Amino acid sequence: MSSTISSAEVQNDWDGGGKPLKASYGKLMMWFFIVSDALTFSGFLVSYGFARFKHIDSWPIADEVFTHFPFLHGVDAPMYYVALMTFILIFSSVTMVLAVDAGHNNNKNRVAFYMLLTIVGGAVFVGSQAWEWANFIRGEYGALETKGGQIIQFVDSNNSNKRIALKDFAEFIPQERQQHQRSNGLWFRDESSLPNFTLDEVYQGFLANSNLLVRSQKLDDSGKKIILSREESIEKVSQAVYVVEGANLIRNEYGNRLFADFFFFITGFHGFHVFSGVVINIIIFLNVLIGTYEKRGHYEMVEKVGLYWHFVDLVWVFVFTFFYLV
Amino acid sequence: MGQHTHKLEIFRGLIKFKSNVQKIWGVLIFLSIVTAIEVALGIVKPEILMSSFLSLKLINWIFLILTIVKAYYITWDFMHMRDETFGLQASVVISLIFLIAYLAFILLVEGNYIYDVFFEGFVSWNF
Repeated sequence: MSSTISSAEVQNDWDGGGKPLKASYGKLMMWFFIVSDALTFSGFLVSYGFARFKHIDSWPIADEVFTHFPFLHGVDAPMYYVALMTFILIFSSVTMVLAVDAGHNNNKNRVAFYMLLTIVGGAVFVGSQAWEWANFIRGEYGALETKGGQIIQFVDSNNSNKRIALKDFAEFIPQERQQHQRSNGLWFRDESSLPNFTLDEVYQGFLANSNLLVRSQKLDDSGKKIILSREESIEKVSQAVYVVEGANLIRNEYGNRLFADFFFFITGFHGFHVFSGVVINIIIFLNVLIGTYEKRGHYEMVEKVGLYWHFVDLVWVFVFTFFYLV
Repeated sequence: MGQHTHKLEIFRGLIKFKSNVQKIWGVLIFLSIVTAIEVALGIVKPEILMSSFLSLKLINWIFLILTIVKAYYITWDFMHMRDETFGLQASVVISLIFLIAYLAFILLVEGNYIYDVFFEGFVSWNF
């Protein structure tokens, strides 16, 4: 802490007491942390790029995956929601920097007020991300997976090749198929929850509706998914081995398996940073309220959490670009 | 902590704010405009920007550059990097730019190579 040496500026940095780079110890250490954390995030994002370049002709199109907006059911709203989330986070960055500025003026009430706004903004962002995850995990249309791990999706040729959900065409075939749980089979074996439809139900439904076509994972030259002919479609569907609804860490209805994995890991890691940022902000906020920094004579602690908070915002700017825009 | 002096001009002195608070709002407006442009481009996807330039679509180059612009203003004005010494600015920025560019270069080239192997090789993963 600089409280003991602030009055007499030591000329030689190496004698101790001085500030190398004219930044205090705490701020320098925060910069060290930020640089190393930035490298962790770039490791994640670059490996996402690696996976994407590896499957450059079959990667899912983000606009078609993230199309939900609260209270707008069935409306195709690509990007708007993440744009709103981005704006919320940038705005909470602004309130944070206003808190830092109020700290420079030793204005305790304003620091507390802006810290509170920042905490609210961060909490709203984490909540939005939870909503985004819930939609992603639940899925919308459902798909089949082939033996080679490819996802095939369905479109309606009568409806200008718009996507169609499994529940809109699958036939109901009465049968008994129970989920294998530890309680009703071998005690050490179980399986994840069953999809709403069996392969056979989807297959029969597909044969019965001649307007249905298969949309493959592959992209054409203009970056649109290739839609197969009816004959090719029937052949593809007959080769399917799995009904996939929504997303988990193993398979997802949107396309390449790695897509969901990277989505969970990158946005999850970022969301965890936001969450810890909110927790740290709350601690600092309480400290401001009880007057810790007023007694100390400066609000440098607010500046340090501010640096972390802006960094989280900065990372989101990159996640937004590479996951949703590019 | 004694005096806090902030450098109040952005865009190389084109706009000079009267106070730090005013500068913060000004930067917010600028960042919002940039984000709005990005989102509009992402939704409209103009045909003219779909052509490839240096093996990346023009629109993706724009996204990349706008992102770095945003990162610059967040770091420089929100994180007050503008007020730090050149030594601190350089140690943070140059190390990161060098390491990230290097990592991105080797991994993206490798990813592209594996794509070629999948594409031209005899082994098919599409069965």
